[in-house]
Amino acid sequence: MYGYAGRVLHVDLTTGKTHVEPLNEDYAKKYIGGIGLGIRLWLDYSKPGVEPFSPENPLILAIGPISGSVWPTGGNGHAFVAKSPQSYGVGEAKSHGSFGTELKRAGYDAVIFKGKAEKPVYVWIDDDSVQILDAAHLMGKSPADTEDTIREELGDYYIRVAAIGPAGEKLVRIACIINDKSRAAGRTGLGAVMGSKNLKAIAVRGTRDITVAKPDEFMEYVKEFHERMKGPAAQKYRTLGTPENVLVHNSLSCMPTRNYNNSRFEGAEKVSGESLNERFVAKIIGCSSCAMRCEHICVVAEGPYKGTMQRMEYETLWAMGPYCGVDRLDAIIKGMDLCNYYGIDAISAGVIVGFAMDCYENGILTQKDLGEVDARFGNHEALVQLIEKIGKREGIGDILAEGVKIAGEKIGNGADKLAQHIKGVEVTGYDLRCLKTAALGFAVSFRGADHNRHGAYAFDVKGKVNRLVAEKGRGKMVKDMEDVYTLIDSFIVCKFSRGAYYKELEDMTKLYTLVTGFEMTPEELKRSGERINNVARLFNVREGLGRKDDTLPYKVMHLPIPDEGPSKGAYVSQEELDLLLDDYYMARGWTREGIPTVEKLKELGMDDLIPIVEGKIGETKEAEE
Amino acid sequence: MVKIHERKFVSADPEKCVGCQCCEYICSMTKGKSFNPLKSRIRVVRINQLINLAVTCRLCEDPPCVTACPRDALTQSEETGVINVDEDKCNGCGWCIEACDYGAIMLHPEDKVVFVCDLCKEQGEPQCVKWCPEEALELVTSDVLAQKARITAVKKLFQEAIKETAKKP
Repeated sequence: MYGYAGRVLHVDLTTGKTHVEPLNEDYAKKYIGGIGLGIRLWLDYSKPGVEPFSPENPLILAIGPISGSVWPTGGNGHAFVAKSPQSYGVGEAKSHGSFGTELKRAGYDAVIFKGKAEKPVYVWIDDDSVQILDAAHLMGKSPADTEDTIREELGDYYIRVAAIGPAGEKLVRIACIINDKSRAAGRTGLGAVMGSKNLKAIAVRGTRDITVAKPDEFMEYVKEFHERMKGPAAQKYRTLGTPENVLVHNSLSCMPTRNYNNSRFEGAEKVSGESLNERFVAKIIGCSSCAMRCEHICVVAEGPYKGTMQRMEYETLWAMGPYCGVDRLDAIIKGMDLCNYYGIDAISAGVIVGFAMDCYENGILTQKDLGEVDARFGNHEALVQLIEKIGKREGIGDILAEGVKIAGEKIGNGADKLAQHIKGVEVTGYDLRCLKTAALGFAVSFRGADHNRHGAYAFDVKGKVNRLVAEKGRGKMVKDMEDVYTLIDSFIVCKFSRGAYYKELEDMTKLYTLVTGFEMTPEELKRSGERINNVARLFNVREGLGRKDDTLPYKVMHLPIPDEGPSKGAYVSQEELDLLLDDYYMARGWTREGIPTVEKLKELGMDDLIPIVEGKIGETKEAEE
Repeated sequence: MVKIHERKFVSADPEKCVGCQCCEYICSMTKGKSFNPLKSRIRVVRINQLINLAVTCRLCEDPPCVTACPRDALTQSEETGVINVDEDKCNGCGWCIEACDYGAIMLHPEDKVVFVCDLCKEQGEPQCVKWCPEEALELVTSDVLAQKARITAVKKLFQEAIKETAKKP
């Protein structure tokens, strides 16, 4: 087998036993790898209704067929999949760096962690040797310190490590899994699932050769993509980076500010990508095998946060900046540093702090409740203090660590209306009130509020549609984008490189065939993208999610944008949402309740999963006009 | 008349190297038709996110690896400066590895003899230099490196001087 390692490693943390099974070739072709393979495997190894923190919730680590090759951005990604403690549906998150490539060389396409260790452990995958080692001395350490300690004690500085921080140990529901010190499988709280298994870290060393089916043609294609990536397709990421979005979104009045109270931020200039690059970016580095480089490493040279060094991206900058009303980049970089120290998703962390600030300003939480934190919007000290509390589950942090959905319910007094999330997962940096294609994409995203499941904001932001109008046709637009995005996350290549695939599916198909030797047509590949979205939907359907959960945050539907400008007064009404959902389900060939039909599953060759929808489809018919 | 030093070796510019490891993949592909950093003659070091550098053989004058070899398996080409390994003589003892200050000579995981950058003599030019997406790798002489360092230093000096001048009324 080329591309694929052909093996799946099973690690039972309860019994301490491990074994290897061959990779199901049918799964490989149908679900490609990464999140597709991960979600499909999860369904095989879990029971319906499993609790996220139960030992019975397997944590799946999966890489794609391109992993381990020099394919630009393709060599280095990995994905985690489990039931999310935030959404109680699909939990999935990808990360890049150099961890995935090492796992491929160790000879595995996926690792399935089952059960729960009696005491804290880490798993050391050294090619064919797999050991479960004591992690007592690693407890309380940050992912970066954990990585250093493991490398030191195993005696090899090229070992790759993915670890949770103190927050994952304490089951903070926004905990992430960090590799290469600053790269996070961030969203949906999978660090907490890892923590619930008493699994502190995964260390990998692989020594196998990675070969591709057609090496000469493959290298030619690599060369071509190196050139493409030097061109306009990747320019944004190589120059200002994603923080370029700050001024763009602000000018379009689509940057949620102060917990969605506004859609533009008067301090945008101060926290812009331009300002970040001029004042803080010390170097731009890259992942293993990447030909673009995008990681903007920022250093704070003076002031109260002097000496902090972290990578910054738009989403995290937005969450801890505009969303909290904070206009100081040094404090935002410090916030990022704390998130990586505790091992929490910085997007969710920022949104939770913004939520707490909103509660404070509305008198729902008092200074006393907050442990004497003066949580005014814009107070950078409060940002730092609250992130610390969440990371440690200290004081109010214990409630905030549950994420805005659960925290809103626990705090009460209307706090739930201030909690901006979808399916329990905190919102990201696009004001959905005035980006209605994106609003649909966010509502139906199988992992909760997320821009990375569809990228549908592009239609709105680039003016390809009237972003203030909800109309038929958006469903198919979102669907088509989703089908490509699941492929990107299953190959796994980097979303930042998507512009370099000029012919999109055709290019991706060529890449897949050159690497694996499996002949595939663009149509078949598109079908795989559709299949992966369906399998993810089946995951959610099996776990009890449905149309009622394909919804939008409270303020998106009830608080029209107050700011002067192009989007003043915009919001999404229930009628608009219903129209968009109906249109989307129809484009997907699902029922009006958003359940994949038996016909659709047969068409996609997913007959083995039909039992999930049987009995749930009931009387409802396929969505009709 | 003196002769300017002509030996060229592969050097990474620390300002440009981003630690992407493409050179490792390209090297192992060129030499062994597979992707495997353990079989690469150039290796990347990332100390932290800011400090990245690819390291390979610098074709030392009076190379300690050659001196260290008890079996005379290593010789240096007078013409190019490349270290040649006589694979029949090498028994993988590792004295040369220990002697190299740069970790540039390594034990091949399968062949069990040491291997080191040969500037891709079969391909005509070092492939890592050709492929480096950041153009951080160069085939240079030590003289050119010295020139560059001098120029950078002087430019920096002038920058300071210009700033100083600008401050004065």
